[in-house]
Amino acid sequence: MDIFLSQVLNGLQLGSIYALVALGYTMVYGIILLLNFAHGDIIMVGAYVSWLVMAQLGLNPIIAILLSVVACTLVGVLIDKVAYAPLRNAPRLSILITAIGVSYFLENGAQLVFGADPKVVPAFTDVSTIKLGDIALSFPAVVTVLVTVVATIALTLLVQKSKLGKAMRAVSEDMGAARLMGINVNSTISFTFAVGSALAGIGAVLYAMAYTQASPTMGMMLGTKAFVAAVLGGIGSIPGAVVGGLIVGFAEMIVTWLGLSVWKDAVVFLLLIIVLIVKPTGIFGKTMSEKV
Amino acid sequence: MALLSVRDLHVSYGAIKAVRGISFDINEGEIVTLIGANGAGKSTTLNTVAGLIKPESGTVEFDGASVVGVPAHKVVQRGMALCPEGRRVFTQMSVAENLEMGGYTRSDAENKETLEKVYSHFPRLKERRTQVAGTLSGGEQQMLAMGRALMSRPRLLMLDEPSMGLAPILVQEIFEIVKQLNEAGTTILLVEQNANMALSIADRAYVLEIGTIKKTGTGAELLVDDDVRKAYLGG
Repeated sequence: MDIFLSQVLNGLQLGSIYALVALGYTMVYGIILLLNFAHGDIIMVGAYVSWLVMAQLGLNPIIAILLSVVACTLVGVLIDKVAYAPLRNAPRLSILITAIGVSYFLENGAQLVFGADPKVVPAFTDVSTIKLGDIALSFPAVVTVLVTVVATIALTLLVQKSKLGKAMRAVSEDMGAARLMGINVNSTISFTFAVGSALAGIGAVLYAMAYTQASPTMGMMLGTKAFVAAVLGGIGSIPGAVVGGLIVGFAEMIVTWLGLSVWKDAVVFLLLIIVLIVKPTGIFGKTMSEKV
Repeated sequence: MALLSVRDLHVSYGAIKAVRGISFDINEGEIVTLIGANGAGKSTTLNTVAGLIKPESGTVEFDGASVVGVPAHKVVQRGMALCPEGRRVFTQMSVAENLEMGGYTRSDAENKETLEKVYSHFPRLKERRTQVAGTLSGGEQQMLAMGRALMSRPRLLMLDEPSMGLAPILVQEIFEIVKQLNEAGTTILLVEQNANMALSIADRAYVLEIGTIKKTGTGAELLVDDDVRKAYLGG
């Protein structure tokens, strides 16, 4: 029972991180139909900031968490301003290729600055388990799940209830009509990048908590799997990203538990292939009607 | 002084010249209509005035100040609202949210007040305020698009083909509301293919043909004009 529970918690933890990253993918796709392949690398930026602040500067983990989230947010907005905004009216393929370019730029930039060897991110806290009656649960796992729940609720409220959130939905549906309402489309898109990247920043901290590592290419596989999660749930859908993330997390957990951990990446991508064949729009995806 | 004054406006899409040097004025309190066939440059003119398209040359002055080069989202703040062709309501948002977006540049207190006015013009929108806009009928969507444009409290309301795709009885209703809005003090610039309807409510009209103004006069004059009758009113 104990093992079962801790495995479920592991699945939830991993799934939560995927979900946080998938949310960023899905939000950016929802508003400008861009698969932001540099999104995973933002996690890497956050992990390095955590490492810098704690291991190099010896500062408090709280400061590390805050600075990681701030750095990810700034990098996300900067990427949009520098790389994507000038291509707003360009064909979608141009901006997609740019996203891949930005991804390589970040990965190789990090390698140039920090070297190819992984850095060890110190533990954020000495507490490793919390007791729930007789059961000892992993503290980082519990925190990860709780933070993800709170972040998802906050994001849902933001998008559904706030003026800016409604503007985001308006822009995602019809940019021209949104302009006519007096909505500044460019700053709304920047805001979307900021929110998505802040979530990635939170994901980065939680990831560093669980895997205590920062390396230049760490965002690649993590980002790709989060992308699978977003597609699985239905890209553009917020609940879809969360559910997709959890499915991917659990799939990996089950495969690992069965002693087949070398197969876990293959299983995730197999899931993607199955979804693309059976229901290409994903679980919560709507069939997009072409805008005229 | 005219509320809106357009002088020698030229607009191109790449190599295609859509508007070739048109000039017109709209005075406060008027209903002015631009009529003409498909491709005459009517919508292009409206979209340019609203700031969605940059003109090649020419001037557009609203209330004495140039709006050329002012982005669309700032034009709204100057007091012009465009209700676009094809309605373009936010189909996945509720009626109330659509209206809220219309009042994006206004304060919550102002919006509360304007909302009551909009609901009094369009009681059906009030009944359906929680409904998702995509599930409304064409006529209701048109009303929503107009109500949404009114939420910014425009001095000049530009309507692009409000009758498009609507049953005759609904067209009547929409035009009736346009007249009411005008009587309540909103200046109207109306673009229509339904020339008969447009001319019958317009104070003045301009006839557009391939990007230029062919004729101008009062609505009543053009309704009985031989050329206009032949070309746009079915003889």
